Amino acid sequence: MERHGGEKMSEEELRRRLLSGLSGDNRAYHAFLEATGDLLRRYFHRRLVSLPDEVEDLVQDSLLAIHDKRKTYDPALPVTAWLYAIARYKRADLLRRRQRWEQRTDSLDKETALEPSAPEHDEMAGRDLDRLLARLPERQRMAIRHMKLEGLSVAETAQRTGMSESAVKVGVHRGLKALSKLIQGQNA
Amino acid sequence: MKTDELVSLLAAGEVAVPRRTLPSRLALATAAGLLASTALMLGLLGIRSDLPQAAMDPMFWVKIGFAGLLIVAGLVATWRLGRPGVKLGRLPPSTTAMPVLLLWMLALASLGQATPSQRVTLLLGETWSSCAFLIALLAAPLLASTLWAMRGMAPTRLRLAGAAAGLFSGSLAALVYSLHCPEMTAPFIALWYLLGVAIPTTLGTWLGPRLLRW
Repeated sequence: MERHGGEKMSEEELRRRLLSGLSGDNRAYHAFLEATGDLLRRYFHRRLVSLPDEVEDLVQDSLLAIHDKRKTYDPALPVTAWLYAIARYKRADLLRRRQRWEQRTDSLDKETALEPSAPEHDEMAGRDLDRLLARLPERQRMAIRHMKLEGLSVAETAQRTGMSESAVKVGVHRGLKALSKLIQGQNA
Repeated sequence: MKTDELVSLLAAGEVAVPRRTLPSRLALATAAGLLASTALMLGLLGIRSDLPQAAMDPMFWVKIGFAGLLIVAGLVATWRLGRPGVKLGRLPPSTTAMPVLLLWMLALASLGQATPSQRVTLLLGETWSSCAFLIALLAAPLLASTLWAMRGMAPTRLRLAGAAAGLFSGSLAALVYSLHCPEMTAPFIALWYLLGVAIPTTLGTWLGPRLLRW
């Protein structure tokens, strides 16, 4: 995952890309999210030393949140202040949930210790998200799957599925919203 | 799903956001809450019949000013706490503390000049038993709408954000209530209006972590 994490994007570059993204530039927005993912990964690696398996999930969770709440960015603020505030919130939220979960399952500690250790986290995150994806309505799932599995553009996805381009966009948009709701529900 | 794929997905849809969606949502929520609260006041209590004369009394404007400053504090706090990375700053706490302290000073001065039996009247007026409760009641629709607006934002300090929403709703409700309320003494306002605003603020503090998570 560290392969494009070499050069850290500067505050100014990050900000420019986010602002272009917010006014509709998908490429700039993609670059912003990619750099943000790297930033978050570094951030969580340092702050979740005891939970390395959670890092990638938390990166994804935060990226979804950042996307979902992108209208709360105040251009008068440094982008990083906004991003890290969201990251800090998501990390605290995770720790709070785990604490509650551990309190409830205290007596099972011995049994869980016998279970095989968690598989490689990417694979696990994949299985989780695929299962959640299966719970979305057909049109949203189709839109997301085509663009995800085959990396198709909006136009290509529209062609394959017979949906209009705006229907694909709406499908992806709504699907992602629903997905983020499902993730929240699952974590709660 | 790999993170790369998630990023591509998120960036593939409609990424533009319309400008000023947050302020308009908050404005809409406030207007709706205020409308409901005013309707509740008119239907349940009615405007005091001597409002024109009351408006000549400086104490009427003390009430309005007290509520007004708290409204500003609550609004600024709500607006700031709803966005990640924005600091609360000094304005909301000082704009909350200042009117309370001024009103207390006024109340103490007025109590100091009164005889013991007058003091009780100054403090309790004729409606002490319902004032705080009625302000809290009028605050209910405002609290609901403000929390709704805040759910569209991204508060990261949930208790504080809930308290801010509660302060905003409670002080707006105090403003609405002052159009009905016949009481005109500083000690009464210092005690019962403050309690009336404190109830929704406390409720908001409790509701914040329960309703504002995202």
